[in-house]
Amino acid sequence: MSSNNLNLTLKVWKQKNSQDKGQFETYQVKDISDEMSFLEMFDVLNEKLIAEGKEPVTFDHDCREGICGACSMYIDGKPHGPWLANTVCQLHMRAYKDGDTVTVEPWRANAFPVIKDLMVDRSAFDRIIQAGGYISVNTGNAQDANNIPIEKQLADDSFAAAACIGCGACVAACKNSSAMLFLSAKVSHLALLPQGAIERKTRVLNMIAQMDAEGFGACTNTGACEAVCPKEISLTNIARLNQEYLLAGLTAEK
Amino acid sequence: MKWSEFFTSSIGKKFVMSLTGLFLIAFLIVHASINACIFADLPVFDANDNGEIFNKAAHFMGATILIRILEYGLFLFFILHIYQGYLLTVQNKSKRSVGYAVNLGNRGSKWYSRSMALLGTLILLFLILHLGHFWVKARFLHNLAPVTYNGVEMHDMFAEMKMVFAQPWVVIVYVLGCISLAYHLAHGFQSAFRTLGVHNNRYNIILTSLGYGFAIIVPLVFALMPIAMYLGWVA
Repeated sequence: MSSNNLNLTLKVWKQKNSQDKGQFETYQVKDISDEMSFLEMFDVLNEKLIAEGKEPVTFDHDCREGICGACSMYIDGKPHGPWLANTVCQLHMRAYKDGDTVTVEPWRANAFPVIKDLMVDRSAFDRIIQAGGYISVNTGNAQDANNIPIEKQLADDSFAAAACIGCGACVAACKNSSAMLFLSAKVSHLALLPQGAIERKTRVLNMIAQMDAEGFGACTNTGACEAVCPKEISLTNIARLNQEYLLAGLTAEK
Repeated sequence: MKWSEFFTSSIGKKFVMSLTGLFLIAFLIVHASINACIFADLPVFDANDNGEIFNKAAHFMGATILIRILEYGLFLFFILHIYQGYLLTVQNKSKRSVGYAVNLGNRGSKWYSRSMALLGTLILLFLILHLGHFWVKARFLHNLAPVTYNGVEMHDMFAEMKMVFAQPWVVIVYVLGCISLAYHLAHGFQSAFRTLGVHNNRYNIILTSLGYGFAIIVPLVFALMPIAMYLGWVA
């Protein structure tokens, strides 16, 4: 298989720490194979910067298989780059032409402060999960997998919501920096299953309270989150989250 | 959960926007229906109507106690919708202090869904002008020409409309107001139901179609009124 090599201009956000103001740095990368992933292109750039005795670009990555949700680059105005239903690590350089200029920014939201360069602190998502993204189960041996009957459609919908990898692209794309698509995926995942019924009301109330406390905005149903989600989490989940919250909030005992 | 916690949460605030918005949508149906009575004067119906049906309908709205009480509710809901809308806009904007160099723009969402505050402001400016043209005169100044049908004296709102819509700039401003309303409704109608938690796909399909239909038909009926008056279709 023949590959074409590309020369690109990268405009990359550089920021020393969360207090630093930060600015764009321009880098030239040469002979980039179009079979490389976007992150491998950054590896090549960083190797070159290290060899030149310069500071490499800091960015988040882990599995590089599109399933962990660690990579988080806002490329040319779109989280995870130009492809649909895709993470940055699975974005390949064949998406670009020789001579292109690519602008790379970190997720922008006050709830996701920049740690360094393109790496942001997404621990707000962890705290939202801690607030209610769990179920109660008996300890001891795991019970038989088919012990609890679940309707096929509900299992499918729950599974589709559970596909959320918590990367934060929804927050990055939302004009309100709202985390509602993330929350709606987590709440739907559990609310649709019998196992999630125990904490059904407290879960949604506590998770929304934590989301508000973390400084995410409110949802205005624009749909930008759904359009950029690497796991194609549906906006329908947000409507389900709203229903869960309204019912729980309006029927709470206290 | 306290009421104060519920209504100040991000979803609680949207709940208020949704309910007030739906009330205002219901008001638009009533308003458009009453005002469409001016079209009774079209030659195809009754060229000698001269606004009689419309004036009687307007008189009924102004003279019926239940509707006058609802009018207070309408103003309350208008104020709540406007106040909450601006509050949400300011709060949502404050969640991202450093913006992007390149924006997602229309790749992820419709421009009007991102511009509800701007469209709402245009509608508000139009509303102030509109209230000054008709409502203030009919309710407080009482300086409209009288007309008598079957021994009952009432305001000749039809004549007032003809006078107001004889000015081209007024017609243009009204049409622009209706266009703002159309785009505001194009997002607001379906968004209101999503916020209320309607997630069943079959209802969402109906509500989305109904929303776009409503956003086109109702502002179009409104916009046709100044245009019809100005062009002399109804006289």
